[in-house]
Amino acid sequence: MRPVATTRSATGMPTGRLAVWWLIASEIVIFGGLLTSYVMHRIGHPEFGDYAAHTNTAAGAINTLVLLTSSLAAVLAHQAAGQGDGKKAARLLWFTVLGGVCFLFIKAFEWTHEIREGLVISKNMFWAFYYTATGLHGLHVIVGMIAMMIIARDAAKGRELQRVENVGLYWHFVDVVWIFLFPLLYIAK
Amino acid sequence: MSSENDTEKKSDESHAHHPSYVKIWAILVVLLGLSVAGPHLGIEIITLITAFGIAVVKAYLVAKHFMHVNLEKRYVVYLIATCLGFMGLLYAGVAPDVMRHSGRNWHNLAAQDEVKRAIAEHAHHPKE
Repeated sequence: MRPVATTRSATGMPTGRLAVWWLIASEIVIFGGLLTSYVMHRIGHPEFGDYAAHTNTAAGAINTLVLLTSSLAAVLAHQAAGQGDGKKAARLLWFTVLGGVCFLFIKAFEWTHEIREGLVISKNMFWAFYYTATGLHGLHVIVGMIAMMIIARDAAKGRELQRVENVGLYWHFVDVVWIFLFPLLYIAK
Repeated sequence: MSSENDTEKKSDESHAHHPSYVKIWAILVVLLGLSVAGPHLGIEIITLITAFGIAVVKAYLVAKHFMHVNLEKRYVVYLIATCLGFMGLLYAGVAPDVMRHSGRNWHNLAAQDEVKRAIAEHAHHPKE
């Protein structure tokens, strides 16, 4: 028996894909609230520029490149799934997961260095925003990787290929969030 | 089965009406390079344009070409726009109290003191 998300299409699009768009909409409110609050405080507190000078721009830029590349792999996986090539889609999803691992590894390197410098979450409001925003984003990367591994396992067997697009949508959204986090936390110094 | 057909149909449309995904990725990487290089000029307006203007362009490219938002049902666009509208509403409602530290009949003394303290501290200990 196939799941309702696959077989029902009451709104003119597969229910599974619609659910992912609802998820993204709710995530926009979560990250939107956080980023909007940061922007307001950044404008009201010029000293944030001095604090941001301690973030590692090179690491942030490399992580942006990693996420953009993993997004490319995710959309190519969607393309392969559309052509019915489950094995290729699975390989590309695993490549996307590898991108997520690289991203988290670089992020862990950054956090370790910053915490050793005494720049901890309780240091001041800038670092509270920094760790909250990048930590929440990192959690989303982990969730995306777990979902992608499960879907890649099925895709390799040619099953539930429509899910490749759904998880790709989520991954692209995580990429878009980082696209805004990068200039806010690493460039605006 | 109809939903699977819908998926395949949209998938075919999405892959048939776009430039190469690798080309889009290359454009995104060039924009990333510009957003990193721009602030090195030290001109505030250039920093704002290269950092945040380019971020908006990059997000647009990902949403259009990787997420295929333009090929989705219109109500998906309205759904996303509504949530972005809530973001704007939050900003409009709260910004005057957060971005400014004094008004006609009020002063946020704690925020004013914190700005003074932090700037003075940075002047004495620039590495902190």
